[in-house]
Amino acid sequence: MLIQNLSPLASSLFSLLAIASLLLSFVMLGSRWLKNYLYAFAAESWIIAMLSAAVGYYGSYPELYLIAILTLLFRGLLLPYLIWRIIRRLEVDREIQVVVQPSSSLVIGALFVMFALAVSFRVAAEFHLELTVAVLALTVMLSMKLIGFVMLAVRHEAITQILGLLVLENGIFLGSQILVPGMPLLIELVILFDLLIIVACFGVLVSYLLRHVGSTSTLSLKRLVG
Amino acid sequence: MTGALILVLCAAPFVALVGCLVLRGPRICEALNLLAGAVSFACALPLPFLVHGRELLFWDGYVILDGTAAWVVLCTSIVYFLASIYAIGYMRLLGEEERLHRFYALFAGFGLTTLVGPFMNNVGIYWIAIELTTLVSTFLVAFERVAESMEAAWKYIMVVSAGISLALLGTVLFYWCGTFVLGPTYQMTWAALTDAAPRMDRVLLVLAFLLVLVGYGTKVGLAPMHSWLPDAHSESPAPVSAMLSGALLNTAMLGIVRFLRITRAADLGLLPQMVLVAFGTLSLFVGAVFIVRQQGIKRLMAYSSIEHMGVVALGFGFGGALGVGGALYHMLNHSLNKSLMFFGAGNMMRAYGTKEIARIAGVGRHFPVQGALWLAGAVAITGAPPFGLFLSEFTIMRAGLKPSFSWAVYAMAILLIVIFIGFLNHFRSMYFARNEGEAAPARGVTAWCSVPMWLAFAPILVLGLWWPAGVWTYLTSLAQFLSPGVP
Repeated sequence: MLIQNLSPLASSLFSLLAIASLLLSFVMLGSRWLKNYLYAFAAESWIIAMLSAAVGYYGSYPELYLIAILTLLFRGLLLPYLIWRIIRRLEVDREIQVVVQPSSSLVIGALFVMFALAVSFRVAAEFHLELTVAVLALTVMLSMKLIGFVMLAVRHEAITQILGLLVLENGIFLGSQILVPGMPLLIELVILFDLLIIVACFGVLVSYLLRHVGSTSTLSLKRLVG
Repeated sequence: MTGALILVLCAAPFVALVGCLVLRGPRICEALNLLAGAVSFACALPLPFLVHGRELLFWDGYVILDGTAAWVVLCTSIVYFLASIYAIGYMRLLGEEERLHRFYALFAGFGLTTLVGPFMNNVGIYWIAIELTTLVSTFLVAFERVAESMEAAWKYIMVVSAGISLALLGTVLFYWCGTFVLGPTYQMTWAALTDAAPRMDRVLLVLAFLLVLVGYGTKVGLAPMHSWLPDAHSESPAPVSAMLSGALLNTAMLGIVRFLRITRAADLGLLPQMVLVAFGTLSLFVGAVFIVRQQGIKRLMAYSSIEHMGVVALGFGFGGALGVGGALYHMLNHSLNKSLMFFGAGNMMRAYGTKEIARIAGVGRHFPVQGALWLAGAVAITGAPPFGLFLSEFTIMRAGLKPSFSWAVYAMAILLIVIFIGFLNHFRSMYFARNEGEAAPARGVTAWCSVPMWLAFAPILVLGLWWPAGVWTYLTSLAQFLSPGVP
């Protein structure tokens, strides 16, 4: 196992990168501007690419360098570019109606991180890994998941929801780089392409929404009930 | 031989997909899609006979054929075939000739992804196949290009993608579980996980299983993750509704069943089954509440799908030969019957020009033959004898009669009775109530739209009167395979 015999330097590097990406998801949670979401997402993807490369270097998994480059290209450049194109077409640049204030959603996010930490600690204790980076990786994985769901639940712009979904995926990807670096290359590649298709589909749907519903706020989607 | 069958089975819709995009003529696209449906069905039919209780692997172990996959693929291909016939008649009524080739390309793509999913031996690739079904079918849901179907499509892709990302997290955790036993890099096949399961850590396995259950449960439409289902089923064109309900839900259920088998091998006690039973009971409850008060005809069918997926979940949760066998049998019956119901609902919707139950009246008088057939289907879907669903629901109930699950059986019995009354009450109002200013149906029904209903109805009736011994042996052998060690 990579996790059990990491050098202190590698361990702190992994921790630093994981914490940084968690902080970036809090940036998304605390902002109302779509541009900020996009920058935070792009930066998060760059950090994940760095993490892949670092894991590849310290764990001697050469195929992770490929993953790092592809993550950089796809998640770090192509996806933000596609989303930027969608944003440019819209006439919205921030969340207009806010159900939960950004400050309150930050608090909710913090509570979820605590919950994630408790769960990860319990799981890691099973393997006697409490003192390793595994706890942190699992915590970040679960809390980015939960923060993504908070974004889906309390924000209404279509773009925010797409980015919320991508945060969900980023969390999984980040955690899996540290926890299961030996995961077969094929799956990681296919998941990357899958993401691309998802964003393309969303792009088409957003333009449909604009044309046929006249708004990209999910608050206006309330015809179907019961 | 078997490998070639699987190849043809999956190649047929792919050829239709490419053909529709290249040729673009509406009539030729119809024909291509129908041909693909027929070929897939013809190839899927012999598969259960070729398995003989083994796991057959093809193409370096990426493709698996086991009894469960063969059964689910058979259900899927039946629905795909019937829906392809029905689509010809139904889609001509929509007057979207110039976009029709896109519909058939997407429809074949939807058929392709749902047929391919069950064959995937790698757990990660299975996840991707399920995700692809969502992406393709979203555009089918949005096909009618009105505000309602856009809303349904958006909710569908949002809820299901978010839900299924939980399944991905669960899958990664399953992989992590396996690394402690099998080393850092291994092929994550269903068999590898099942073999390693007894030596895996239990706490992590429970966490991973719950995530996977919620994730694929979203796709299956188990309550409380069902919120996308009524919208997507009611706003898509009727052949797509039939595919969503009869084919897609089963394909996703297969994932839950296979993960359940892994937890069985790990001997996690009753917890995984109990959670599945709880979701099943809740789905029945939600189905019952919304069926009683329903106003839309296709939403009524959609909530009935939630109910029936709840019944299937209960069957797998109860386990044993009766539970698993009954649940698999119920999948087949439900696929046939729900196709019949959605086809009928689509016909009535087009004839009366409304989706509201209150504005449909005198179905029996205006459509004596077709109306009688649809009414018989309604009686069948509520689980009344002498139809197949009665047998399978009854079998599942018998499976649950053990101390730990008896509460669920009582709940199931009461809720099924409520659903029986509520569902048929809507049909009473559509058939026998006298409405003032009742709208006369605008047009009749073509053979394309009525023949698939008969094709679906005949086997439901036969399966209700006569449960072939061979089928029962087949299903019990699957039960042995899926839940070993349970009588």
